[in-house]
Parts: sequence; C-alpha cells; structure tokens
Amino acid sequence: MKIFWFTERAYHDEDPVKLRELEDEVISSQSFWGTPNSRFDPKVGAKLLNQYLDEKIYTDEHLQEFDGVMLNEHHGNPFCLGAVMDVEAAILARTTKRLKIALIGNPIPVSGNPLRLAEELAMIDLISGGRLIPGWIRGAGCEQLSNNANPAFNREYFEEGHDLILQAWTRPGPFRFEGKHFHYRHVNPWVKPLQQPHPLIVTPGLVSPETAVWCAKRRYPYIALATFLEPTTQLWEIYAKAAAAEGYQAGPENFGYLQPIFVSRDQKYAEEMGKRFLYGGSFAHFARPEWMFPPGYNSKEATRRLAQAMANPNYPGKTLVTDKNDIEKARENIYANYEQNRSALQMIAGTPEHVIPRLKTVLNVLRTGIFTFWLDGPVPHEDRLECLRLLNSEVIPELRQHARKLGIVDPFEMAPGSRPLPAGGSYEAVSNKEAIVTY
Amino acid sequence: MDWTEDKMTFGDGNVLLRRAGSGAPLLILHEELGDLGPLRWQAELAGSRTVLHPYHPGFAKAPRVEWIASVRDLAGYYAGWLRNRSLAPIDVVGVSFGGWIAAEMMAADPALFRRVVLVSPLGIRPQPGEIFDLFQVKTPQYIAQSVASPASTEEYAGLVANAEAPEQFEAWEDAKAEVARLAWEPYMFNTSLPSLLGLSSMPMTLIVGGRQDGIVPVSALETYARAIGGAELLVYERCGHRPEIELRDRFVQDVKKFLA
Repeated sequence: MKIFWFTERAYHDEDPVKLRELEDEVISSQSFWGTPNSRFDPKVGAKLLNQYLDEKIYTDEHLQEFDGVMLNEHHGNPFCLGAVMDVEAAILARTTKRLKIALIGNPIPVSGNPLRLAEELAMIDLISGGRLIPGWIRGAGCEQLSNNANPAFNREYFEEGHDLILQAWTRPGPFRFEGKHFHYRHVNPWVKPLQQPHPLIVTPGLVSPETAVWCAKRRYPYIALATFLEPTTQLWEIYAKAAAAEGYQAGPENFGYLQPIFVSRDQKYAEEMGKRFLYGGSFAHFARPEWMFPPGYNSKEATRRLAQAMANPNYPGKTLVTDKNDIEKARENIYANYEQNRSALQMIAGTPEHVIPRLKTVLNVLRTGIFTFWLDGPVPHEDRLECLRLLNSEVIPELRQHARKLGIVDPFEMAPGSRPLPAGGSYEAVSNKEAIVTY
Repeated sequence: MDWTEDKMTFGDGNVLLRRAGSGAPLLILHEELGDLGPLRWQAELAGSRTVLHPYHPGFAKAPRVEWIASVRDLAGYYAGWLRNRSLAPIDVVGVSFGGWIAAEMMAADPALFRRVVLVSPLGIRPQPGEIFDLFQVKTPQYIAQSVASPASTEEYAGLVANAEAPEQFEAWEDAKAEVARLAWEPYMFNTSLPSLLGLSSMPMTLIVGGRQDGIVPVSALETYARAIGGAELLVYERCGHRPEIELRDRFVQDVKKFLA
C-alpha cells in the first residue's frame, strides 16, 4: 500500500474576524467560487503557500512512512490556493528527494494546451528523478467559466487532450496531430518522462460511473475523493465489471481513496480541528449549481438527473440563506452535520487510538492500494505538522500491517490490469460492503 | 390561433417547425432559450401571414446537426433550407439569437429575404457595454434580466411559470448547451458581421429594441443600423430586451406596417 497526504491549501487569515467574514460570505452566497479576490491579502497568500510547501518538504525529510504527497488545483476560489499545481509540483520535484508527487489531477480542458501540459509534466518527472504520478480531470464546472473553456466541449477536450498527451510522451516525433479541437502540425517535445513509456496515471473522481469505466478501460487506478463508503463500493464493482470486460481482474492496485482526517494527542482538540474541514460549508458550497454545471458540461443523462434533483425542495443547491440574518442559522446547520459525518467516517478525528480502528474499517471495505490522508480547512500550520507526525509514528505503521494482512498491494507492486481473471471469466468482488461500520 | 407541428425534409434529416395562419410566408427565428411557446405577437402576425417557426437544431425540440459549429454554419443551414424549399425571398423576424442568425444569413446572401426585422439582435459587439452572460446565471434570472418591468408585462409570468419543472429545466439546458457550442467565444457576437453587412446592398431592415435592454446594450443595435444601409432603428422607451411582449401592441403594429 502506498500512503500519501493531501490538502486543498485553504486560504485562511490568522485574524479570526477576517476568517469569519470570509466564511460568512461563502455561506451567504453558497459558493467559494466567485468570492471577490479583493479579500485576498498577498502577504497571507505568500506565507500560506510557503507553509504548504514546507510541510511537504518536512514530510520528505522526516516522515518516512509517507510514500508521497498529492496536489490538485482549483481556480478562482479561496479554499484552494493551488491555482497551478504544476508550479508546486516542479518546486517539490527539486526540493524533495524521495516522495512521489501525485497530481489529482490536471484539468485538461481548462489548461487549454495539452502539448504544453505534456511538456510540463515530462519536466517534473525528469527533475524529480521519476517520482511523478500524473492524473487527469475534466475540471469543475465553475473552472470552465474561470478559464473560458467551453463547457459544451468539456468531455471532448478531455478525451482529445488526453490522447495527445499520451502520444506526445510515447510516439516518436515529429508527428502531426489534427483533432477536432486541438491542432498541432509539429509535435516533437524534447522532454519526455523519465518513467518509460510513461508514468503511472491515476484519475480521481466523485463516483462518476462514466469515469470509472473510462479508467478501467485504460487500466488507470481510480481514486475516490472522500466519497461515502457504500456508493464507493458500488463504483468499485462498476470498475471491476468494466475491467473484466477488458480481460483482467481488478484488485487493490486499481483503487485509491482520500480519507478526511485529523489527529492530535487531545481527542477534543482533534475533533475541533477536524470540524474545520466543514469550513464554509465544505465542498457542498464549492459553487452554486448554475456554476458547477454550466451549459453542456453534463451529459444529457446527467442533466436529466440534475433536473429531477433540482425539482426537489431539499436539493442542496437551493437557497441556504434568504436573509443576511440567517447566516448564523445556516452555519449552525452546516456544523450540525459534523457528528453525522464522523459516524459515516467522512471525517475521522481523534487520537491515534481513536482513528486506527476506523481507518482499518475503511481499508476492510475499500481495500485500496493507494491511501491518502486528507487534512483540510483553516487549521494552523503547527497543528497540521503535529497531525502528520502522529500519523507517521503511530498510525501508518499499524495501517500498513493491517493492509498486509488483507493482502493489499499497490500499483507499484502489481501493475494495474496485470491480474488475470479467475478461471471461468467471472470477476471477484473488489470491495466488502459488509464490513461497513457506523460509529 | 391553432399551431400545427410540421417537418420538412432537408439535408440528412428534417427541419422541424410549427406553423399557423395563411397568406404570404413569414419566417420567425427564435431566441437563445429555444422556443418559449406560441406567444401572442406571433399569433397576431399569423392573422395575415403564414408563420413558419422552425426549431433550431440542437435546441431541445429538434436534434442536433453535428456539423453546425457556429452561428454562421447555422445561418448557412437555414439558407440552404430556404433555397431548397423555394421559400426565398421571404420576410423574416429574428428575435435576439434568431436576429443574429437572420443577420448572418443576409450578410452571406441578401437575396434570401424580402424584408428583415431584427428584434434586440445578438451578433454584434456593443461598444460601449457588454452582452449579459447567459451562462453564469440560472435561466429564470436571465429571463428576469430581459424584461424592464416584469409586473407590467402580461406574458412574463408564463415564461417562468414552469421554471421548477424538470422538463423545462432540461429544455433550457439543452438550448443553452447548443448556444455554448455555437457562440461561447467570442460571446454572442461575430467580429466580422458589421463589415460583411456593409459590403452589399441589404434587404429593407427594421431593427427594434428597448432602451432598458438588460441583455444587449442599445449601442449594438446602433452598430447594426449603421452597418445595414438604410436600416430603420426603433428603440422603445421603458422597454427591455423583449419588445415583442413588453410593448406587444406597438411592436405588432410597427412590424405589420413595415412588412406591408
């Protein structure tokens, strides 16, 4: 099992008044995306971005149980300062020595120039000595708006851009690439990945069946982003079925999971810090529906599902705050879900003794070869470091031992797609729904 | 007024449309949200004309035509249809996005039309001002933005009455997705259109808009009027983007007079 950690790199002011004001704005507008950047203080941004890098360098040097770190990017919102993750990945490529650098992932449609992306990533792999794990995403709906990437062609950009990147890495140049959207009459990058023919590629998602099937066909590990356990097991089975159709048995090497966590010596303090994951309503309020799903971004079927959902008076995108005075009420409602989240293991917060059995439950259910701890929200730097140290010294060793007992292997031990189907051609289950425990 | 659904074989498929009335044919090209249903101004014009109201390909009611990738392509498609069915020269009323299509059609081939009415047309960059962004708001917000005074616009309530219904949401999303395919960038205008319109003698053209248009600033209509030699520009006071429903009686009277 390979162990990573991840954070969105939240913007947060140490001044509690400013922090509160920003959260109020997010809650009242039900969206991080679109928050005016006049609230961005460059001094705070500079400090935070360096802290987030320092934590990863510290991990590389001192926290040997971690195999890697994960980065992502988002545009135009204060919960993720990583607007161009390849910049951070490039810095880490040079300043760290051993950590794998996983990108979950590069939003191909948003980047607009897949050949440049292929070159950036090849350089990161070269400089890091072959430690890059690239990943692809379509980008959130609002990010199409941020970058003026036509949402109606989002999936086409994604597919075509992905094909070009793979070709740029693996096909001898110069060659010509003339697709529907991307046109290059001279593809001949003079940087190619150190890992040949190309690095292991992963793809993150929020239990989209289409994406799982897409990954299974390409033998890319699918990384679920802290999704509820039961639907995640259903998705694993969709992946396994598609894998069987491709002629292989899926296994732990095909799956990854991000687990929201906070660990401290003090149970109450850990719970308090873990609560900050819900900052601003968490990702439920990343953006309003009209921004998350701009025209054409969804498939026809997904639009139909959304239409039905939006007709439901309890749809989460409905106005949360009708009156400025309701902000407190809305905030209470958001944070009132915390205990429920913890019961469903959507957040595991506590002492090492508290978190270990819960993490074992997640592994029992999902059996993933890639396991990522997700720390997030406006949590102070020192508390984050302490959390990472406790994970390293007390939690991960236990978890690794448990993974070995479960026979979990990672995609570096066994190439995804190399596991033969059992005799008879039917595939074996890849998850264990029966092991779900509500705490 | 009874409307009949119809289809005319064309290209690899059909042009789907609704029709009503009798007399010389009058083409109506609908707006960016698709067909908002038979509105009274259309019925009143059908009192003396055969109104042909096609559904743009890809806008909910008609299947997408994959090769159509721009408004100019769509204009070419309709131009081919008019010629194929021997409907040209025809009178046309193009509303908002439909006005843009009509303008592209006549820029390419002025002989397609006898008379042209452009109602708050998209298609030309306003200077000064900006075209309101359909893609960043919920559809009912866009409709609200398009009318200067919802309370005094009789048919406004009908436009948003089913906003919560899944079928309506889906139809609007389909229309908007197709508009995104055709007009995402530059947003809702074509930089070469004014020059193209100025290259040839154009059919007699009436441009109608509202002074309080919250979608297309009047400056765009003024550019249209300058580009199309001899065009008449009517800007109604106390009126938004939808003169055809906001000041219906006056609009119908002006259009009838112009088409007479």
